[in-house]
Amino acid sequence: MKHDENKSNAMTRAGLSDAIQERYGSVLGLPKHRYIDVVDGFFEEICTRLAQGEDVKISSFGSFLVNQKSSRIGRNPKTGKEAEIVKRKVVTFRPSHHLKSRVNVKKG
Amino acid sequence: MTRSELVHKLALRFPDISEDHMERIVALIFDEISGSLAKKNRAEFRNFGAFSVRHRKGRVGRNPRTGAAVKVEEKDIPFFKCGRSLLSSLNQWKS
Repeated sequence: MKHDENKSNAMTRAGLSDAIQERYGSVLGLPKHRYIDVVDGFFEEICTRLAQGEDVKISSFGSFLVNQKSSRIGRNPKTGKEAEIVKRKVVTFRPSHHLKSRVNVKKG
Repeated sequence: MTRSELVHKLALRFPDISEDHMERIVALIFDEISGSLAKKNRAEFRNFGAFSVRHRKGRVGRNPRTGAAVKVEEKDIPFFKCGRSLLSSLNQWKS
């Protein structure tokens, strides 16, 4: 693994482009930066669609859903002061059953 | 947008990679993220968001139809936190 200096073991963009190069580098024979471009393009395409208010549904992974939240009165937890939370759009992720079962391996 | 539309869009954007290869690359990306979560590791992507695993305690739930108490086992679930820059573009905020 090239990114084992990453102590937290968290997957990152660099980890993804390394994985692509490792698996398909010999077939595709592209320079390293090209795999980084693909990973960046991948997230850009998803973000663009979500920004247009469109849901992104990936089979056997999950769905990214755009939800409209209405404005409400919240409280600053530090000062206790009331403040209006403006209406906004948020993205929620609904994991697929496949992903849920991969994450939650039943014991015993 | 679906997985196949995403593959198609990316193939148009990267003419040096065939649609067939792009399909496998996209599958690999989702598989790497899933695999990382299966190992209880986080997956963090700048300007997009972060996937993590959250623990849910066991609880006593109810069958909504019969009202009977049902024991719900503790479990780990995948969680996604949207990044600041994605949130800004969603709402056309100046970041």
